[in-house]
Amino acid sequence: MPDKEQIIDLYFMDARCKLLEIAAYQDRVDRHEGEEDYRHHAFLKALEAMQNPSEGNTRVQAVLHSLSDHSQTPIPKATIQGAFGAAHSS
Amino acid sequence: MKYIEPHGHMVSRTTDDYLNMAMAGCEAICEPAFWAGYDRASVQGFYDYFRQLTEYEPARAAKFGIPHFCWLCINPKEAEDAGFAREVLSIIPDFINQPTVLGIGEIGLNKNTKSELAIFEEHVEIAKKYDQPILIHTPHLEDKLKGTKLIIDALKNAQVDRSRVVIDHVEEHTAGLVLDEGFWAGMTLYPESKCSPARAIDILEQFGNEQIWMNSACDWGISDPLAVVKCALEMKKRAYLPRQIEKVIYENPKTFLSQCPNFILPTD
Repeated sequence: MPDKEQIIDLYFMDARCKLLEIAAYQDRVDRHEGEEDYRHHAFLKALEAMQNPSEGNTRVQAVLHSLSDHSQTPIPKATIQGAFGAAHSS
Repeated sequence: MKYIEPHGHMVSRTTDDYLNMAMAGCEAICEPAFWAGYDRASVQGFYDYFRQLTEYEPARAAKFGIPHFCWLCINPKEAEDAGFAREVLSIIPDFINQPTVLGIGEIGLNKNTKSELAIFEEHVEIAKKYDQPILIHTPHLEDKLKGTKLIIDALKNAQVDRSRVVIDHVEEHTAGLVLDEGFWAGMTLYPESKCSPARAIDILEQFGNEQIWMNSACDWGISDPLAVVKCALEMKKRAYLPRQIEKVIYENPKTFLSQCPNFILPTD
């Protein structure tokens, strides 16, 4: 299996590119008029979760948990068919 | 390299896609019944769709030398109207003995509603009644974690044979839930959601390579019918051996699908 340096060789540039996209996305939201909605707040919270994953979670699990609906019972009826990527409660 | 595409919605794809998959080494395609991008207006619409899956699409795939198999159901997005869904359920037995039918799927949940869950449970009962394997769709994005837990609870209550159930579209927060309970897990390789090739390999490294497959779930949306072979190339870049790659992209799906009596490859 590859060692750390080989993994960095394989993935650093790709991760760097995506990091810049995240930074640019935040700048873009900051720069434009209007109100942020719950998705952006969930995004920022997920970034924090990535930096500080709880015990037993990897960083990606922390992000996914942060963006998930944690309610436990079926809802009475669907009001939409799609999903938005972040739970209102996240 | 030879591989099996265990989840592709080929009715939405072109003949170029079939050609490319054939040239990439695809030995079989399995097509679960799914949402057409719009809600069908009648049971007759499903009757026609099931004919497409069981008659026309296998013939189209055969022109490229690829065996085509299918799974039958009404998908959870159209299960909100339980009365309509039950009418569709009533015609599934008309098709279940067709020679390329693998089982019941992709059933599951979408928005985790009471109606979706009831229809999911009724599909499971049909699978049990006709002794069919089950392929399960887990919800998208923020709904996946909750939906996966509800699905697992329902399957436990139904006392299904877990070795004959594959729960698809797992990600890092649901793979362990599925595998730890003895079900098979599917990873879907999508350009924008679900798993990237790199993350799918990470999941293999963290959860092991048993009872797990990967698929493209290519359909009418942003998706890549060659995603499985592209992930295999990614595995090669990470220094996986050919036999390790073949286990995940060929042997594992073959092992699960061989539980379906109709899954017979020409090479067998």
